Amino acid sequence: MQPMGKAPMPMDKDRECEVLGQGFKRGLKDSLKYDLGNALRNDLSNAMRNFLVQNIVPITFVIVCLLAVRWSGKPLAFLLQEVVFRLSRNSFLVLSLVVPVMAGLGLNFGLVIGAMAGQAGLIFVAAKQIPGILGLLTACLVALPLALGLGYMIGKIMNMAKGREMIAGMILGFFMNGVYQLVFLFGIGTVIPFSNKDMMLPSGIGLRNTVELVSVKWVLDELLMVRIGSVRVPLATLGLSAVLGALITWLYRTKLGQDIRAIGQDMRVSQVAGIQVDRTRIVAMMISTVLGAFGQIIFLQDIGTLNVYDSHGQIATFAIAAILVGGATVSRATVGQALLGTFLFHLLFIVSPYAGQNLLGSAQVGEYFRVFVAYGIIAVSLALHSMQQARAQAGLKR
Amino acid sequence: MNLHGDRQQVDPGNPMLRTGLRMISRILNAVGLPRLIVGGFVVALFVLGRIMDLPLQNLLTNSISRFGMNAVMVLAMVPAIQCGIGPNFGLPIGLLAGLIGMVSALELGFSGFQGLMLSMAMGAGLGALLGIGYGLFLNRVKGQEMMVGTYAGFAAVSLMCISWLMLPFKNPELIWVLGGKGLRMTISLSDSFGHVLDKLLSFKIGGLVIPTGLLGVVFALAAAYKLFEMTKLGMAMNLAGQNERFARAAGIDCDRMRVVGSGISTALGAIGIVVYAQSYGFIQLYTAPLLMAFPAVASVLIGGATPKEASVSNALIGTLLFQSLLATTVPVAQSVIGGDISEIVRLIVSNGMVLYALTRGRGGDAADG
Repeated sequence: MQPMGKAPMPMDKDRECEVLGQGFKRGLKDSLKYDLGNALRNDLSNAMRNFLVQNIVPITFVIVCLLAVRWSGKPLAFLLQEVVFRLSRNSFLVLSLVVPVMAGLGLNFGLVIGAMAGQAGLIFVAAKQIPGILGLLTACLVALPLALGLGYMIGKIMNMAKGREMIAGMILGFFMNGVYQLVFLFGIGTVIPFSNKDMMLPSGIGLRNTVELVSVKWVLDELLMVRIGSVRVPLATLGLSAVLGALITWLYRTKLGQDIRAIGQDMRVSQVAGIQVDRTRIVAMMISTVLGAFGQIIFLQDIGTLNVYDSHGQIATFAIAAILVGGATVSRATVGQALLGTFLFHLLFIVSPYAGQNLLGSAQVGEYFRVFVAYGIIAVSLALHSMQQARAQAGLKR
Repeated sequence: MNLHGDRQQVDPGNPMLRTGLRMISRILNAVGLPRLIVGGFVVALFVLGRIMDLPLQNLLTNSISRFGMNAVMVLAMVPAIQCGIGPNFGLPIGLLAGLIGMVSALELGFSGFQGLMLSMAMGAGLGALLGIGYGLFLNRVKGQEMMVGTYAGFAAVSLMCISWLMLPFKNPELIWVLGGKGLRMTISLSDSFGHVLDKLLSFKIGGLVIPTGLLGVVFALAAAYKLFEMTKLGMAMNLAGQNERFARAAGIDCDRMRVVGSGISTALGAIGIVVYAQSYGFIQLYTAPLLMAFPAVASVLIGGATPKEASVSNALIGTLLFQSLLATTVPVAQSVIGGDISEIVRLIVSNGMVLYALTRGRGGDAADG
């Protein structure tokens, strides 16, 4: 060690203990002063930093959204109205992603399959022209067994592809899209009897792409439409999402919810603890698929038109991008994140074409930009998650 | 094992039947279930086409030209799988490099064979650079390459969508007629290098058109890659992909090998889209490359590859089978059901194939690292 001479050495934090040993009184006083002030400051700045790091995605998005809102030059009332409608029709779908994340299955890219089941229900209702709330309930009732069956199948396949659930879910979605098209383009009118000729292609086989959902359009929205200022708020639709949010929170407290969270934490430990891991994973997928089906029905009653062959196409991508914008990750998602994310993502969705038009003279740029944001946020979140996992594993090995 | 099983099931007194069964099981093992199913399907479709009195030459010509069009993009999967990053779902990054190469060559006023060669060179160069960057990125997300790669590719495509609109291209053949800014959705190659390779030295045998130039390029690239496989670097790369721990023990820098493989794969992707576009006659920009990785991945898997092992012949056989399937489905389905079912067949077969590969075994996860 360096000899402590009369000339005071330049002090840094590491050497403080040495100083303590040398000039006892002065050193003690100094270090106490130093520690107290610094500790407080450290704590505060640490808390700030932690908050920033943990919420970096939503914070960035709030800033981007604010800028885009400014650039779009649209009045606030208009934006608020649009956001309220988009929030009401999308949040149910986004919430249906929460359970598989809890169960450690990652982001459910197979949500499109649930959406397909929902569309099958709507097609049935449109064909039979069942009006009103009864129509919506019928659609849900038709979709329910389909979604349960499909969810069971997805869960089975996820169990065969452990560790690669997300890519398997995505590819399964593409695959089932093929099957879906086969059923509705070639099965209807040949294998499946179909009475409503108006909805079918002129050849008598297969459905037309566009189905007007006249009988159930806005049924849920108009059930309880409230005016707040100049903004119309579809309370019933929003209320359903709120109920779902509450149900998911309640699920955490049940035995099933505990099991789901346990297998999300560690499959092997849960297995040892006597939880039926594979079965619980299947149940989680079934819940998500059924919710996806209902979510799509809610979504489409607001849109009013069903594009048989592409209404479901981007559902999973946009729902997943939304929940990630809210700050969720592959392994952690809450109801709050889902709702916040839906709000921010769809606000950006609304304003980016206008902002593009005003900034760069092209609305198309804004439209491509929002697609880029959706894909980009998913890519970045997946990459970050994988890096964290690698770091955790390296930490364990050490 | 097989022998034993056969003896128990089959009457031992019948040696003919026994050898027959043994042969079948041996063929099944050698050919692989997916190849057998798809191959059987193709043969069935050809037979059906024959019954429906469709001109067989057309079906074959279509199959061959589609094979040539797509083979290089499928070939791009081989180095990616061999080096350990698995099927390259980030292929659109390479395709974008190729597209940039082509529009740049056209912008500079090159056409014909020169234009094609310049497009390939620029595309491959840019692709290699991007691929190296992509490989470095993938080294940080080991175990999730497929998912991260897919979305990295999607993000790259949508970012380039903005760029196609904004880049200052001047050639009136390339940009929108109105507005004078932004590249067109599709750019015709009829005045530049459309079908240059297809027509090169092509000949006809009894109605069957053989695009010699196109096939020549495909097989030249395949042969070049085969040669690369025999070099020290190629062998090291293959080993790194097959068994990372073993390779590391042998003193191979696995991370570097993954970067090399990704670079080659992305460069091949760039060349692949140039070959594809000249055969198609149009350059398709914007969202066209978005989903192009999936059929390429499916093709190499149909050819018998797994997410951990692949060879040039897997790629070539897989492309031939998959593309013949698509080429024959269109006319046969048209005459049998009276509708175009090929898109559905493409979706079901290609994604079914990828799904089959994903659900078999547990290779490629973090436990290996």
